[in-house]
Amino acid sequence: MTTTDPTASFGGKPLKGQDPRVRPALVEGENETFSTVTEAVARVSEVPVKETNKAWLIGFGVSVTLLGVLGLMLLHLITTGVGVWGNNNPVYWGWPIVNFVFWVGIGHAGTLISAVLFLTRQNWRTGVNRAAEAMTIFAVICAGLFPGVHIGRIWVAYWLFPLPNQMNMWPNFRSPLLWDVFAVSTYASVSLLFWYMGMIPDLATLRDRAINTPRKIAYGIFAMGWTGSSRHWHRYERAYLLLAALAAPLVFSVHSVVSFDFAVSQVPGWHTTIFPPYFVAGAIFSGFAMVLTLMVPARQFFGLKHIITMKHIDVMCRILMATGMMVGYAYMIEFFMAWYGGVQYETFAFVNRAFGNYWWAYWIMVSCNVIFPQIFWSKKMRANLWVVMLVSITTNIGMWFERFVITVTSLSRDFVPSSWGYFSPTYVDMLMFLGSFGLFFTLFLLFLRFLPTVAIAEVKTVMPQAHAHGDHGHGKDGHVDADPTSYGTAGGGGSVAPASKQDA
Amino acid sequence: MSDQNQNQPEIHGVVAYYDDVDGVMNASRKIRDAGYKKWDAYTPFPVHGIDEAMGTKPTILPWIVLGMGLTGLVVGLSLQYFTNAVDYVFLISGKPDWSLPANIPVTFEIIILFSAYTAFFGMLALNKFPHLSNPLHKLERFKRVTNDRFAICVEAADANFDRARVEKLLGVGAEHIETCPTDTTRAALPIWFHGVAAILTCASFIPLAVAFKGRFATSEKPRYHVWPDMDWQRKRKTQTAWEGFPDGRAMRLPVAGTVAEGELRDDFELYFGVAQGSEVPDKIRYDVAKFGADAGAERPEWLAAFPAAVNVDEAFLERGRQRYTIYCSVCHGKQGNGMGAVAVRANALDAAQWGWVPPKSLLSENAKAYSNGELFHVASNGISTMAGYSGQVTAKDRWAIVAYVRAIQATQGLDQTEAPRDADYKPVPTIESVRVSDSSAAGQ
Repeated sequence: MTTTDPTASFGGKPLKGQDPRVRPALVEGENETFSTVTEAVARVSEVPVKETNKAWLIGFGVSVTLLGVLGLMLLHLITTGVGVWGNNNPVYWGWPIVNFVFWVGIGHAGTLISAVLFLTRQNWRTGVNRAAEAMTIFAVICAGLFPGVHIGRIWVAYWLFPLPNQMNMWPNFRSPLLWDVFAVSTYASVSLLFWYMGMIPDLATLRDRAINTPRKIAYGIFAMGWTGSSRHWHRYERAYLLLAALAAPLVFSVHSVVSFDFAVSQVPGWHTTIFPPYFVAGAIFSGFAMVLTLMVPARQFFGLKHIITMKHIDVMCRILMATGMMVGYAYMIEFFMAWYGGVQYETFAFVNRAFGNYWWAYWIMVSCNVIFPQIFWSKKMRANLWVVMLVSITTNIGMWFERFVITVTSLSRDFVPSSWGYFSPTYVDMLMFLGSFGLFFTLFLLFLRFLPTVAIAEVKTVMPQAHAHGDHGHGKDGHVDADPTSYGTAGGGGSVAPASKQDA
Repeated sequence: MSDQNQNQPEIHGVVAYYDDVDGVMNASRKIRDAGYKKWDAYTPFPVHGIDEAMGTKPTILPWIVLGMGLTGLVVGLSLQYFTNAVDYVFLISGKPDWSLPANIPVTFEIIILFSAYTAFFGMLALNKFPHLSNPLHKLERFKRVTNDRFAICVEAADANFDRARVEKLLGVGAEHIETCPTDTTRAALPIWFHGVAAILTCASFIPLAVAFKGRFATSEKPRYHVWPDMDWQRKRKTQTAWEGFPDGRAMRLPVAGTVAEGELRDDFELYFGVAQGSEVPDKIRYDVAKFGADAGAERPEWLAAFPAAVNVDEAFLERGRQRYTIYCSVCHGKQGNGMGAVAVRANALDAAQWGWVPPKSLLSENAKAYSNGELFHVASNGISTMAGYSGQVTAKDRWAIVAYVRAIQATQGLDQTEAPRDADYKPVPTIESVRVSDSSAAGQ
């Protein structure tokens, strides 16, 4: 506890030389009111079609074109067969699985920001959580696409699920690939609920601001009749807290299960116990990189700089550096274990990774994931948006190569030298991967254009006006670092922290 | 409502608006203390402490979620137990049918799935969502509640509702007070909507009807394959005709001189029972030579001894006894006297009347006069009505049978008319007896 007036942490700009526990304002600007926050976020979706941002239009055009390419490649794949890919003996898992793990990893930051940072009361999340959740869902859609088509005959994809069928067969629940089906589908649907639920109050805001009937009907249906009733808010906050508490272990389980796809097999280079934490750290790393890649331009184009502030960017750069070093540690420990374990196949697999046929992929991975993020030790670099963009993009590249290195180098050099081979992707591999970016950005740009990109109601709760100044003493709980009005604390009706009247 | 003035429209309730959090909090406490039940505060974001100010009781949602989470645990485990340990057991590397650690990931995911869905849909259900028609939505001013205004509505349905008193309680600090009329407008659906809805409803039954017809009706036409899978491929099968090749066959024959693995058979002694390089006999020509008009005309150079590739010893003879017992004894009898189980049964049925030819005794002088190579040929290719055994018995094993036959000829050939002995009788040929018969055959 401290006697510093907590209001110093709100409303104004961060003051240099002050108590470091006093945090800078979460929403920047001198005269921000509830109304200006609503206006800033909602007007993005209310711009008439003719006045749509040029940059958005160009981006959308490119994305839709790539989406079309993806559609053509899928048609070609389904009508011809998986032979159109470069996958072959011994590399049966080529780019499709690399792309799956890449996208599903990116899809982790959204729920992490929403759930884990929510539970740990990191209120700075309010500015970016909505967009990060949207990113999660779209990334998981892209991820689900690849194993979906990798099964070859996609019309029997329902065999993946335990459905009664004329063959009287059931799936094998002891296969990590089936665990993956359950983990990824649970993750996708729970993330969707989480995202949608968070949006309900903001959709009601858009409904109430609607200037024409189509908007009123569309937003009205999805707002489900939200009125802002406090009794509704009470259950809503409780449900949100529960969802966050459920999504937090889920987000860690998903990439652990993805890592089991590899770790439970016996291929040298895959069969290691470090995989679950190593994959989760990598997923958070790549996810935050993607959030930065998307948010830095988005806040620029849509005038949200005072809501998605430099503080957000700064914090995410630090997380990027921290998780990058965790990943680097995992790379190191893999080598150590390969040597310490004394198994000749393991030793060979790792020496081959760094110095074999795919040495270039390995060193791209190490440079992008471990070396480049070190630049964020410098505060100046964290404040330079060009550097931030560049490093976030190289991180995305590095994390793709990490999955490539794990998947392809291990398979191409397994136990028997007679089955060794070299993997070469085909044009279908490349265009499908490119096309998946088209799918992702089409969905993300539509989201930016038509949905509330920032959690309007949630941002309002971290503003100083959101707290009662009445004689009852609510709203000032004496913590300098915790926002007294955060989601999930309302259920107890003021029981969270002792009331203090110091500011009355 | 009966005490309301009949000239005024029925009201849903009284709505007061406030600029800030303090206003709505203070008014909430007053309304709560006045004992009203049917009222609510409307805010653009969850206001901290308002639950206490309103006297809202904690929701039971967490308990529902807990219940469904536990249900998920039971469902997840039972699903896996039933499917993988009871109904469709996977036998993989001798692992147990049921191993809990492998079932934890899926169980965990199902618990999360059930709980998360319950948290979301439970919240919707408790809040009675979707609830699109609400009189408050008709108020123009109320639209600012999702932006920057705070409102309290005390409903006229409350037992203690007294408009004047409510307005007085709400009035302190209020920016505006108004009454909310009951929503009497009922949007009539356009007339075409009913027609379209009726048609769509009927049309929705068509796929179901088609599925039922396909399931229960019979048809002479082949099944319609939505997904052909590998039923029809652009390929030709073996043993079929195709005009695409000059010889009209779909399959290609091996190149002349091709030998399949293990089929070279260049050791004539071992594989044909004749001297190396001489003519290879076949069954037809052998039968003609043996029994035809010019019997004895073309007799191959039968091998008299055993081929160099086999080593005649005790183990070889024992192998021969086993093979003989399996393949030969059913007809020729365990002692080789031609009184095997099949022959005994055929005799009992008087099968000769249907053309039955009894198996020959191997102990006859005629049989003894066969050279080793000739016996091997008969065992391999058959003779008259007897079929060959080269498909079932390998060449070396057929030689082992020949050795064994030589042995029983040497030891049991004294009385060929002798009746079958006890069923468990085994002749005990020795290696010497084979060598004796070997040398006697060689002497012919």
